[in-house]
Amino acid sequence: MTQLTFAPPPPNTEATETLRAEVRAFLDVELAHMTPRQRAQSWSGRDPAFSKKMAERGWLGMTWPKKYGGHERSALERYVVLEEMLAAGAPVGAHWIADRQSAPSILRFGTEEQKQFFVPKIARGDLFFCIGMSEPDSGSDLAATRTRATAVEGGFKVNGTKVWTSGAHVAHYMILFCRTDAKSDDRHGGVSQFIVDMKTPGIKISPIYDLSHEHHFNEVVFEDMFLPTSALLGNQGDGWKQVTGELAYERSGPDRFLSTFTLLIEGFAMLGENVDDRAKIALGRIVAHLMTLRRMSRSIAGMLQRGEDPAVHAAIVKELGTSLEQEMVEVLRLIVDAEPDGGADNPYVAVLAHTIMHAPSFSLRGGTREILRGMIARGLGLR
Amino acid sequence: MSETTDLIRDMAEKLFGDACEKSVLAAAENGQFQTGLWQEITDAGLAGALLPESAGGSDLAIEDALAALRISASRAAPVPLAETMLAGWLASSSLAVPEGPLTIAPASNGAPLTLKKSTSGWRLDGVAKRVPFARNAAAILVLAEADGANMVARVDPKICALTHGRNLAMEPRDDVTFACDLGAGDVAPASNHVNAETLRAFGAAMRANQIAGALSRALEITLQYANERVQFGKPIAKFQAIQHNLAMLAAHSAAANAAADMAAEAAANDMNLLPIAAAKARCGEAASVGAGIAHQTHGAIGFTREHMLHYFTKRLWSWRDEFGKESDWSLIIGRAAAKAGPKKLWSDIVTA
Repeated sequence: MTQLTFAPPPPNTEATETLRAEVRAFLDVELAHMTPRQRAQSWSGRDPAFSKKMAERGWLGMTWPKKYGGHERSALERYVVLEEMLAAGAPVGAHWIADRQSAPSILRFGTEEQKQFFVPKIARGDLFFCIGMSEPDSGSDLAATRTRATAVEGGFKVNGTKVWTSGAHVAHYMILFCRTDAKSDDRHGGVSQFIVDMKTPGIKISPIYDLSHEHHFNEVVFEDMFLPTSALLGNQGDGWKQVTGELAYERSGPDRFLSTFTLLIEGFAMLGENVDDRAKIALGRIVAHLMTLRRMSRSIAGMLQRGEDPAVHAAIVKELGTSLEQEMVEVLRLIVDAEPDGGADNPYVAVLAHTIMHAPSFSLRGGTREILRGMIARGLGLR
Repeated sequence: MSETTDLIRDMAEKLFGDACEKSVLAAAENGQFQTGLWQEITDAGLAGALLPESAGGSDLAIEDALAALRISASRAAPVPLAETMLAGWLASSSLAVPEGPLTIAPASNGAPLTLKKSTSGWRLDGVAKRVPFARNAAAILVLAEADGANMVARVDPKICALTHGRNLAMEPRDDVTFACDLGAGDVAPASNHVNAETLRAFGAAMRANQIAGALSRALEITLQYANERVQFGKPIAKFQAIQHNLAMLAAHSAAANAAADMAAEAAANDMNLLPIAAAKARCGEAASVGAGIAHQTHGAIGFTREHMLHYFTKRLWSWRDEFGKESDWSLIIGRAAAKAGPKKLWSDIVTA
């Protein structure tokens, strides 16, 4: 049958549950000062000092080889740390992208020199990355990218503009996706990836404030920026293939259904134990969805462990997961008698406001709902 | 996955794939019990899947039994396989069961049945609503309390008054009125793990697996149709609007199958209630969304008696309600979560 099935996830072990207890004990102390409103930022919340503490515990670069500063633990152990961090609303945003996808890409496609230079620093929590993919005329249509790296003596000269670049103003490096060769018949050919030091002359970073007046996004303009040949990641012209693998990492994790978990916690807290049955039904349904998604997402951790390609499975988890995150807002709105107010002292009311204002991004960032549905359709053999 | 599991799956795929022809499904809808198919299921050892070997059963692991059940549902096998498995689990080694299809009571909520000691043995009274395949069963295995203890009674439906009913797929769902004098040997104490809650949970785990199987097939049929049906000069599967609907059907089918796996594991793990509750709630929702997309994609032809699709969608619409619908199981989860409190919400999700 043409089915997209999720194999049973690897079972919990003594190692995973010992680790879980360690993470919880750590979070009890480290997050004690955080308000629900701060926790609701989920993996958009940045705290480099917190990232450093996680690194000291060995919780960054968990699955990477020890020779590059990693800890050679299983994908499931890494999953335990991620889900515990997200469920607690830990401020993991500073290192999130580097740990989730930049270092794994460097380990897969990088030169020995790149691996030795970047990966240990990422594992130590000293280097943070951002992703240079979207452009003014290239959003979902990544192949329409226009930023161009032209070969010059000793390297490349880059011109172009990236937008919606989360964290460009605080990241140390960017993995830049751009055109290196003329457009060929192959729409996906002629693009490459580079590792770019954000201090390189010729980069101009400007904030783009979101509708909450928060500064996560940036516009990044490259004007005759020189990159040495050593900045190339992987083979010239292989950018499309490389970036597709990177996106699977970006889409498969618990960050795609747990980023509103603080809202659910505060909803339960607001309603209390004696809330009526209709509310319990509505909330119980959400928990049922979360339990199923968690199983599917852990199944993908098993696929990663076995070296399988989870791209289509990841698309399913992200689409179902972000839909649930968005629906959660609507469900809680209807059963809790309160109006959203981001400045309120009431934690539920403040978290609700935050979540409503960020919910539209859930089904945009990391691949839009429409792109994901197209990927699933391709997985079904329809395209 | 063990070698036994693979063997059982392969055997079930072949058995149900060959046997569940359209003529069989149509005849069953017209009220004819499919004795030939049932014989094959019995010969393959699936009817006695959850009976111990000492009682003539095949004593399969619960996950393997549910895997075979899911496959039977993927062919809409119109027989009480789930119910016979449940009856075997109820009877276990304490009561011998007759050859032939079996069923269980109670299968739905209602006033409890009363079971009392009598001079000659036992007396059972009460009404069990919507008992699956009661009219076809060689015995009904009844769970009832006597003096605070869980007891299992073996009852011949011929000594009961049956009011025939059907679910949307025309599977028998009969109201059974018990006013029966039973022999001393017809009643035995239930095994330790058997009580009203675990019986309902196991029934829900079974229906979750059946929904997963039927939804997988509905997806398969729908993909095939969308690839073949030409409109505006191309197969409708080439239209983006259709592709996106099919993607969601596939996503819900995948979620239902993952949830059904979760239910099977939980059933094998002391009938762990919360994962089964979550699975039945999730599968029920997937059934609703999935059946809707399957019909939308098929257009009018899928709405006809002639087409195969309805054998699956009518089962999906029925099974989502049986052994507790989404709201029933969501309430159980919601109650547990509200009682545990927000601080324990996450750890309970992880532990469940």
